[in-house]
Amino acid sequence: MGTVTIDIDGQSYEAETGSMIIEVADDAGLHIPRFCYHKKLSVAANCRMCLVDVTNLPKAVPACATPVADGMKILTRSEKALMAQKSVMEFLLINHPLDCPICDQGGECELQDVAMGYGNDISRFTEGKRVVKDKDIGPLIETDMTRCIHCTRCVRFGTEVVGLREMGATGRGEHMEIGTFVETSLSSEVAGNIIDLCPVGALTAKPSKFQARAWEMQSTTSIAPHDCLGTNIAVHHRRGQVIRVVPHENESINEVWISDRDRFSYQALSARNRLTTPMIKRDGQWQKVDWEQALQFTIEQLKLVKEHHGAEGIGALASPSSTTEELYLLQALMRGIDSHNIDHRLRQIDFSTQHDDPMFPKIDFSIADLDDMDATFLVAADLRNEQPIASLRLRKSTRYGRVMALAPFANHENFRVAPYIQAAASELVEHLHKITAALVAQQKGSVSASLTELFVDIKPDPDHETIANELRINERACIIVGQTALEHSLSGHIKWLCRTISRLSDSAYGELSHGANSAGAYLAGALPHRAAVGVESKVSGWTTQQMLQKGLPAYLLLNTEPELDSSYRESARKSLSQAEFIVSLTPFAGGEMMDYCSVLLPVAAFSETSGTFVNVEGNWQSFRAAVSAKGEARPAWKVLRVLGNLLDVAGFDFTSSEQVRDKLKQRLEATTDAHVGHLHNPEQLDFGGELPKPLNLYDTDSLVRRSACLQQTPIALQNWRREQILSLSQFDTGTLIPIKEVNHA
Amino acid sequence: MMTSNAPTTTTSPISAEDVKPLTELISAAAIAEIEHWRGKYPPERKRPPIIAALKIVQKEHNNYLDETVMNALAVYLDVPPIAVYEVATFYTMYNLKPVGEHVISVCTNLSCMMCGAKDVVKQLTERLNIGLGETTADGKITLVEVECMAACGGAPMLEVGEVFHENLTPEKIDAILQTLGWEDNHG
Repeated sequence: MGTVTIDIDGQSYEAETGSMIIEVADDAGLHIPRFCYHKKLSVAANCRMCLVDVTNLPKAVPACATPVADGMKILTRSEKALMAQKSVMEFLLINHPLDCPICDQGGECELQDVAMGYGNDISRFTEGKRVVKDKDIGPLIETDMTRCIHCTRCVRFGTEVVGLREMGATGRGEHMEIGTFVETSLSSEVAGNIIDLCPVGALTAKPSKFQARAWEMQSTTSIAPHDCLGTNIAVHHRRGQVIRVVPHENESINEVWISDRDRFSYQALSARNRLTTPMIKRDGQWQKVDWEQALQFTIEQLKLVKEHHGAEGIGALASPSSTTEELYLLQALMRGIDSHNIDHRLRQIDFSTQHDDPMFPKIDFSIADLDDMDATFLVAADLRNEQPIASLRLRKSTRYGRVMALAPFANHENFRVAPYIQAAASELVEHLHKITAALVAQQKGSVSASLTELFVDIKPDPDHETIANELRINERACIIVGQTALEHSLSGHIKWLCRTISRLSDSAYGELSHGANSAGAYLAGALPHRAAVGVESKVSGWTTQQMLQKGLPAYLLLNTEPELDSSYRESARKSLSQAEFIVSLTPFAGGEMMDYCSVLLPVAAFSETSGTFVNVEGNWQSFRAAVSAKGEARPAWKVLRVLGNLLDVAGFDFTSSEQVRDKLKQRLEATTDAHVGHLHNPEQLDFGGELPKPLNLYDTDSLVRRSACLQQTPIALQNWRREQILSLSQFDTGTLIPIKEVNHA
Repeated sequence: MMTSNAPTTTTSPISAEDVKPLTELISAAAIAEIEHWRGKYPPERKRPPIIAALKIVQKEHNNYLDETVMNALAVYLDVPPIAVYEVATFYTMYNLKPVGEHVISVCTNLSCMMCGAKDVVKQLTERLNIGLGETTADGKITLVEVECMAACGGAPMLEVGEVFHENLTPEKIDAILQTLGWEDNHG
């Protein structure tokens, strides 16, 4: 592609052939008003707001749909352009209700801004305006379709970005309406993005409806706490209360989108089941106590357990969405009292190959690379249900590339997947054997004898050959091991097979791990067999499985409800209820923790604490607290630091979470000889295996479980343990403690 | 609206299991007719046959369309249901409510309006004793107002079924009603 020289408002610019005037202007920082144009969507050119004056053309032309040509002279503020802009603005406002004082978009409305900047002072329209009935499109998005200016951004988003077309323009002319036609909840897991796309107040966020005006809110950038991509978000808050969450643009991770889970989980922050004071259970009764009492009691109990059962009697389980700082301090605390029983791998079942794990689970490519993959092989990766934004990015690759999959569930991606091998959990490894066998056969000679021996008798089917071939012949190829695969009872074998396939086909390898910070948890050493920065632990502690199946006298829980979070629901229930002492650092009360815990320490939830998440690319992203924690809750890293001090563990003199992070970072940089991530061929192939019941998209951590709006979506309605999750939200902390002392936010 | 930026596959929010198959809702001959139209377009272009298919489905379904048949058609053509609704609501030739035996479509667009469409509507509403968009009590005739049918040369005009009647006069309108078997004592 060559370049041309064009002239905008007397200034000359180099532009790529084929680009539109508006793109060149945007790059140059010149603002041309627009409604329907959006850089991530196709050009519709239906709002006409971006009309500009091009010399030698008789009429003003839309900048979004006019390609540049060499020598083109464009005037954005000539009399012709200004006239055109004024006229279009007048037309757009004909049917607009101008109810800005009661509109949630008021103050951040593109229509307001553009009308102010480019419109006329008065309207000549005196006739009646049309009214469009509002549609109920679900619990997340409020509609006020009279305000709609028919830019069709929401329609194009569904068609082009999501691949699930739910919105459309029905009717004709004066009767045209944007909507779903048949009243129905939007079923997409990224539908909330149309709130940001809507340039007017037709589509606004339902949970924050009438909660705050745009100019009253402060914005703090943060990192979404639910999946391993590390989606960049902005938390909007007013007077210490989070009002809403919106995307923060990061082209290399989430572009301009976020998933509904990241957008609406904040609603749990002001739920009445927040824990706002430390509590101790005495004689089966929960009592409100002050921090000193609670910490003192905790220390005494832990010391008692250590005395009777040894330090190994104490185990720690942490949410994989905890911050790196919290996880680092937690493991330092545990190792400081001589227990190596610490784990964050709550969903994992197979720990047999944990010593072969790399430094941390990651993808050997960047998230942005997904856009341009020529061949992608998904291994039990349910992207829409696990990392929705990854699904949007991978969908883009299907323009030219090919996506293939092996999974124990039916395909519900919004793009073509071929071949799609759907197989029972117990047959997954056999299919991977066959794909590996196809590659071994294709690379005869260059494969080691021991590997050849393993696969010699395995005959691949045509689908396996296709997958092997595509991965091998395409330069941009990758194999993605999904969360479901990591939960398999032969996940170690699956990971070995996939890494072997990756090596033999010379394609990139990636694991999409659980929670927001599995990578950080590995680096911080929240593992029984490895301390921080991959240092192999001399004593191998108990894994999640051992802790929950064999049972321990005491547990320390960091923002986790093991009976819900882990794959060991029944045994977790049993082990926890039989323990002598359990302390939970939790932002919420309610559920089974009220029965099995002895102490509840209130800790800051998402957006209330500073910290760092390491995403699946190995990208360290730190964030500040947007608001302070509710009531007497404190950031978990501070609570852990105090526990460390009270237990006389050395090296707990941090005064900020940044110091914790920097310490870990320094240690990581100094590590040159981490002996991790070696591939050991097994002596024989494994067969069979099983999977735990999968978690619903809106049942993955304590925050989403308590977000009322997410629990009303069609996706949550399909949750197999919906009743149990709903009962969590019904819990009211106020009933446990005198009402006057409850901190109502 | 689609550009080369976007992959062409777009899935439907409704699942095929929830929808009665089109083949059970309309005759085999009608399905064959839809296939005839479908054959005229490249297989990856799924939306072009919607217009023709909707006409065929409507004819088979008491001259109107409802959600059941539109969803069935969407599944049959493998397009999102909203794509079908958009077409069905855009064109006035599709009836979205049950209609009478005969449908009289009066053009009230520019040329016809200038040549007296208002009088045509007045005469028809008075004689049929119904408003626009309504059906006579005996279910015989539905009167609707439509946009331009490209017969401006013969304005004012109306259409009965698929037959155009142009250069309308009060007498011509009475004659049309007579051929439809309409007597004023009906309503």
